[in-house]
Amino acid sequence: MAQDLVFSLYIFVLAGFLGHHVISKVPHLLHTPLMAGTNAIAGISLVGSLVVAGGDFGNVSTILGFVAVVCASINTVGGFLITDRMLRMFKKKGGGR
Amino acid sequence: MESSLIGFSYLVASVCFILTLQFLSSPKFARRGVLIGVFGMAVAVVGTLLKPEIVVYKWIIPGVLIGSLIGGAMSAWIPMTKMPERIALSHAFGGLAAALVGISEYIRHDPHELSAVTLTALGFETFFGFLTFTGSLMAFGKLQGLISGAPITFPGLNAINIAAFVGSLVGLVVFVGHPEMANVFFGICAVGIVIGVTAVIPIGGADMPVVISLLNSYAGLSSSATGFAIHNNVLIIAGALDGTSGFILSMMMSKAMNRSFANVLFGAFGTGDASPSAGAGDPRKPQYNQGTIEDAVSTLEAAQSVIVVPGYGLAVSQAQHAVRELGQHLEKRGAKVSYAIHPVAGRMPGHMNVLLAEADVPYDQLYDIEDINDDFAQNDVVLVVGANDVVNPAAKTNKGSPIYGMPVFNVENSKTVIVLKRSMNTGFSGLDNELFYLPNTMVVLGDAKKTLQALKNELDTRD
Repeated sequence: MAQDLVFSLYIFVLAGFLGHHVISKVPHLLHTPLMAGTNAIAGISLVGSLVVAGGDFGNVSTILGFVAVVCASINTVGGFLITDRMLRMFKKKGGGR
Repeated sequence: MESSLIGFSYLVASVCFILTLQFLSSPKFARRGVLIGVFGMAVAVVGTLLKPEIVVYKWIIPGVLIGSLIGGAMSAWIPMTKMPERIALSHAFGGLAAALVGISEYIRHDPHELSAVTLTALGFETFFGFLTFTGSLMAFGKLQGLISGAPITFPGLNAINIAAFVGSLVGLVVFVGHPEMANVFFGICAVGIVIGVTAVIPIGGADMPVVISLLNSYAGLSSSATGFAIHNNVLIIAGALDGTSGFILSMMMSKAMNRSFANVLFGAFGTGDASPSAGAGDPRKPQYNQGTIEDAVSTLEAAQSVIVVPGYGLAVSQAQHAVRELGQHLEKRGAKVSYAIHPVAGRMPGHMNVLLAEADVPYDQLYDIEDINDDFAQNDVVLVVGANDVVNPAAKTNKGSPIYGMPVFNVENSKTVIVLKRSMNTGFSGLDNELFYLPNTMVVLGDAKKTLQALKNELDTRD
């Protein structure tokens, strides 16, 4: 069990460092799309909700899971769409990207 | 076999998400990153559906459909000015989803089967999930004007918040020791719900960029905690990316306002009732040069270089397109036009850039403060549109000013400054601005959009 925790913490800490490294390179220009995009990515909690909604764990769990699936889908689908909608607007002088 | 396939799908998703963020480092390739992220998400969802625990689809399919419809509709129709509200809502949904999964994990297991690690993770997940949920709803309410943007506070509120926070930590320790005590678990949830409200209502509307970024970070942390609780690495990774991103942005925003985290969270700044004394050092009301449209156009006509400094007032009067039209017109006449964007110019990080991009301002004309601040000295005309604090020289000179130390544009170094203002009232922070009274400043009063259009029309007649 302790082994598991250490392993998970490894992943968490390394992902945090990697995130810091990658996100520091995102220009101010794209900070709103960045926030919308990371929202969409964090919508991956959908995979946890799917197990709760689709498993046979009793009515209360199913209802909780269903609501969670709706919320996470809003974030994932909506997040990626709005990020793309914003990024589409950024054009260089003369209309190029 | 199945489980290693699922694990592999999560690995693919994790790599895709990191690539998404990497591609965001340039507007040229950023859209490619979104596609990669969508692919990763699809792989992870398909992988999850292979799990043997999933036996019924009758709730999954409508849930995903309803969520996709709501999310899709919101993204298609929401105006760009409402982006902070949209982001606040999505933090609320993210927090709620994490919290509900946490509750389900707890109630469907025999508490004594759960390890101490899982119990701790569940505590964090539900606490941060609910805190993010109600906190983001409060932030949404403030941005939308449903709740007063002014700080709502009463004596002892900070003490109550800190006590509640410490109390929930103590509760977590008790819960891990006695997982059968469901009351303690739900108590932690309840405290999360309450702190979300009480911690956000005392924060002023002007500080919402920091609050939204911080809630972004909490939403990420609650996703990560879910990953710890259900042993899912892609959740841990995606949550950590989201959490770091929110944290970096909130640090940047605080720095741009020259405020510490603690000051934003507990300061209740921007009330408008505490600050007038700071600007009242000068008892006589100084004179300012009020200019007409014709005066302003004569100045603009002669300019070789123009720097536009947009503030939130520009967005309020929906003047993004008007400012772009004027800018293009000046460019046609041979002037160099640039836009100086302060990090806190909008209501969330990068907001003003998006608003101007929507109005077809090319992004290579948008400059960050550190890239343009030295250019003001060689610049002919600065056009300040609906900005106040970010051009207030008091931030550099007046140690008594609440915004002293905040990075501001050196607009006063330009030959001429034209300020478009609705009225001579003080700005969001309630501070007076000595820039308006300098000899090389011309103030044109009126609605920003109408004034910009009038300037362009007047310029037209002189062609």
